[in-house]
Amino acid sequence: MKKGILLHEASDDVGVAALDIKAGEEIQAVTLDGEPVAVVKVIEDIPLGHKVAMRDLASGKHIREYGRAIGYAYTDIKLGQHVHVHNIKSLRWAASKSKVLEA
Amino acid sequence: MTAFPNIPLTGYRRENGRVGIRNHVVILSVDDISNAAVEGVARLIRGTYALTHPYGRLQFGEDLHLTFNTLIGTGRNPNVAAVVVIGIEPTWTEYIVKGIAETGKPVAGFSIERYGDLKTIEMASRKAKEFVQWASELPRVPVEWNEIWVSTKCGESDTTSGLAANPTVGRVFERLEKIGNTLIFGETTEVTGAEDKIIENCATPEIAAQFKAAFDNYQELVASQGVSLLGTQPTEGNIRGGLSTIEEKALGNVEKMGRCTVAGFLKPAEAPAKPGLHFMDSSSAAAEMVTLCCAAGAVLHLFPTGQGNIIGNPLEPVIKLTANPLTVATMSEHIDVDLSGMLRFEFNLDGAADRTLEVMAHTINGRLTSAEALRHDEFVITKLYRSA
Repeated sequence: MKKGILLHEASDDVGVAALDIKAGEEIQAVTLDGEPVAVVKVIEDIPLGHKVAMRDLASGKHIREYGRAIGYAYTDIKLGQHVHVHNIKSLRWAASKSKVLEA
Repeated sequence: MTAFPNIPLTGYRRENGRVGIRNHVVILSVDDISNAAVEGVARLIRGTYALTHPYGRLQFGEDLHLTFNTLIGTGRNPNVAAVVVIGIEPTWTEYIVKGIAETGKPVAGFSIERYGDLKTIEMASRKAKEFVQWASELPRVPVEWNEIWVSTKCGESDTTSGLAANPTVGRVFERLEKIGNTLIFGETTEVTGAEDKIIENCATPEIAAQFKAAFDNYQELVASQGVSLLGTQPTEGNIRGGLSTIEEKALGNVEKMGRCTVAGFLKPAEAPAKPGLHFMDSSSAAAEMVTLCCAAGAVLHLFPTGQGNIIGNPLEPVIKLTANPLTVATMSEHIDVDLSGMLRFEFNLDGAADRTLEVMAHTINGRLTSAEALRHDEFVITKLYRSA
């Protein structure tokens, strides 16, 4: 299985592409320590350094990377989808927004 | 697997017991107008280093103290064997000399008033010659890993920084913390979005409160200038590289602390009083931050970069790490540790830390870093506000 996604924590909601990944590829996600975590069927092109969803994430849900919330889902996000500024927002600006659900 | 490479370390044990990895004889300017005399001495005497800067006159309050603490701390750094201090006035010159002399290292001061540049250069050069001949005979002696004070700061970061280069520094720091090293990180504004992680990892509520106060102070300063950090972070370049939020960028930055506990808070240029990881209230501008780390007593700096920051320091060797294959390919002369193999899954985080520690061992033992070889001698004093 082709390795191509790195996870800071095994439980993270998003992994980071360590190479350019094409839609349709099945990619092994591993931790920085090299432990295999899951195989992800990637459904959109993910450039190196960009994030891919490790599971379905409902709109409003906190998104975890580095084992911590890096923002919240702005729309529903599917497993294998590209996660970036079009579907994730900072919690800094959202602190007062009631639409943000819990983690 | 062992935590440290099987390479015996050597260094210079200074009069106060601290260990240096370089043996510089520094000619130090107290103020801008003494730079010409300082350069005059360094041109005459082989093996001396002219440390000049544009400040030191008509500063006041906290800003004045930071400038002079930076100069004193730099002279005290164990990578420095001896110092000749030159200033325009005797009072401030003596102030700097006294601060450095506490370490027990040879230091002498010369002031230009009542002598002029030429007589000052002659007198200072005789002393510099004496110092350099003495220092050139100092032996390297066996030293231990935990005697090497290490600092870190990242720059020109991209997604490969958070993914590999910064966590590698974090893993190295975890190993060093375990054996009782003294470690420094900082960048007060750049941690915006990850300040909670630092607060949670402070050893005591007092340290957390000190950090929080410095953090809030910086936020207020930024706001007082009519600027919103949140509106400008992450930058366009960051977003192109894959970073989506300010939290994500900051969490990538603080990966450099690994799973270490923050054992102390430092004011800018303040020396740690005990082992462990210290947060220093500091600018995120690379040259300012490394200059402050050097003044705080760190003898070796780890600098992870993504797009390729080329910073160096005249006295504290800077090791450059990157995992970005394009940076390795196009800027190889600046890179000391190539971590791009981590993104090709050739080695994991521990393998990356092993490689870094090996380069650190060679650097400690005297091998010049890329920045040293390329004469990247950036020495930049942090200015807090305008002078009188």
